[in-house]
Amino acid sequence: MTRITVTVNGAREETAVEAHESLLTTLRERLGLPGSKNACEQGECGSCSVLLDDVLVCACLVLAASVDGREVRTVESLADGSALDPVQRAFVETGAVQCGFCTPGLVVATHALLRENPEPSLAEIREALSGNLCRCTGYGQIVEAVQRAAKTMYLHGLDDE
Amino acid sequence: MTVLAGGTDLMVELNFGRRRPEHIVAIDRVGELAGIERNGHVRMGAGVTYTRMLADAGSQALAEAARTIGSPQIRNAGTIGGNLGTASPAGDTLPVLAALEATVVLRSKAGERRVPFADYMTGPKKSVRRADELIVAAEWDEAGPAQTYMFVSTRNAMAISIAGLAMVVDRARKRVGIGLGSCGPTIIRPADAEGFARGLFDEAGWERPHRPSESAAKELGRLVAAAARPIDDVRGTAAYRRHALAVMGARALSRVAQIA
Ligand SMILES: Cc1cc2nc3c(=O)[nH]c(=O)nc-3n(C[C@H](O)[C@H](O)[C@H](O)COP(=O)(O)OP(=O)(O)OC[C@H]3O[C@@H](n4cnc5c(N)ncnc54)[C@H](O)[C@@H]3O)c2cc1C
Ligand code: FES
Ligand code: FES
Repeated sequence: MTRITVTVNGAREETAVEAHESLLTTLRERLGLPGSKNACEQGECGSCSVLLDDVLVCACLVLAASVDGREVRTVESLADGSALDPVQRAFVETGAVQCGFCTPGLVVATHALLRENPEPSLAEIREALSGNLCRCTGYGQIVEAVQRAAKTMYLHGLDDE
Repeated sequence: MTVLAGGTDLMVELNFGRRRPEHIVAIDRVGELAGIERNGHVRMGAGVTYTRMLADAGSQALAEAARTIGSPQIRNAGTIGGNLGTASPAGDTLPVLAALEATVVLRSKAGERRVPFADYMTGPKKSVRRADELIVAAEWDEAGPAQTYMFVSTRNAMAISIAGLAMVVDRARKRVGIGLGSCGPTIIRPADAEGFARGLFDEAGWERPHRPSESAAKELGRLVAAAARPIDDVRGTAAYRRHALAVMGARALSRVAQIA
């Protein structure tokens, strides 16, 4: 076991991790943050998407021991208590959530997109979410949710976040 | 000692228990490996990610290859050094490095070795890199804008290539490089096709754009396909790969010849 210190959603956490453990396992099983989902463990589905030092990555492809001293943001950082953030709200309002397993990863990926590109085109949305699989919705409502979130955040600015 | 860069290949191996390295050295925060130097010659550090290449790759074909790779998550983490380290015949940057006649820079405590890409890969996931050597960079001469990368796959994103082709026409040096991916144990350079293309540019004039005849493009495609050594596998048959290469060869020539 290796001890690491990592800032998760703004709070400093210290924990021991196995040598070959992924950040996804650490988040879910050691830090009590099950929002990032574990589906494929091979980078294919995006359900484990997090921001590592503000960069969108798959937590299942990050070695936990290598995040010592770094900063991680997960889907849990978005809602304020029971008040959803604009992206989460847009997903609910457009019916983009069915079984919901893909939703946390998509919401994090959407945040990463809208931060870089507040007014994405349809093609840009599809491209940005190409690493996130959904088995239920057929993606139509998801794309709609991103457009809706973009509009809200564009109108109200980032303080609404 | 096992090196960990973006982890997009290695972590999959760890997650599925296919590799259990005793020591892992993470190099993703080593700034010296993440630089791109350009002054007619390009030196791309092993730690440069695909996302970074989209903005600045020192090669149009390499930027196009980076765009085809994985998803934003994969492009944010995956590196050129990792593509070279894995040395898969399906690695999308590798046909480009072959076509650019790039050099792989390896370093160990014993010193630095510069290996032409043509000698680097020895088989599927095999290279001349010794276990004590770190890939530090890939280098090539800037070859101008007449270059492209294309591949066929089942979908645009997130799918391993069934066959890939890079073509570089360096008009100043009067050089044509072609690299073929996923259609042999290593990356293939189709020498006859390159020779044929050089003849076309000799005739049309290296310095100006031209529109190759349909029969010339077709012949180039035929020579490309003839050089491939594809196999049947779950992703596609050898016959399909040959056909795809012929189409891509013809298309790449028509595209690149018109860029000056
Ligand atoms: C979902 C998904 C989609 C993908 N899509 C594509 C695709 O479209 N095209 C493609 O080509 N690849 C693809 N890949 C494979 C992978 O992303 C690439 O091969 C990538 O370049 C690997 O880089 P990395 O930095 O993540 O390597 P790592 O996983 O960190 O390392 C890969 C190997 O190289 C070694 N290594 C890494 N850096 C060095 C170095 N500097 N010196 C010595 N050895 C080193 C490691 O020890 C390891 O054996 C995909 C992977 C996933 C998970
Ligand atoms: S669990 Fe990480 S990408 Fe699927
Ligand atoms: S809502 Fe079920 S996987 Fe997307």
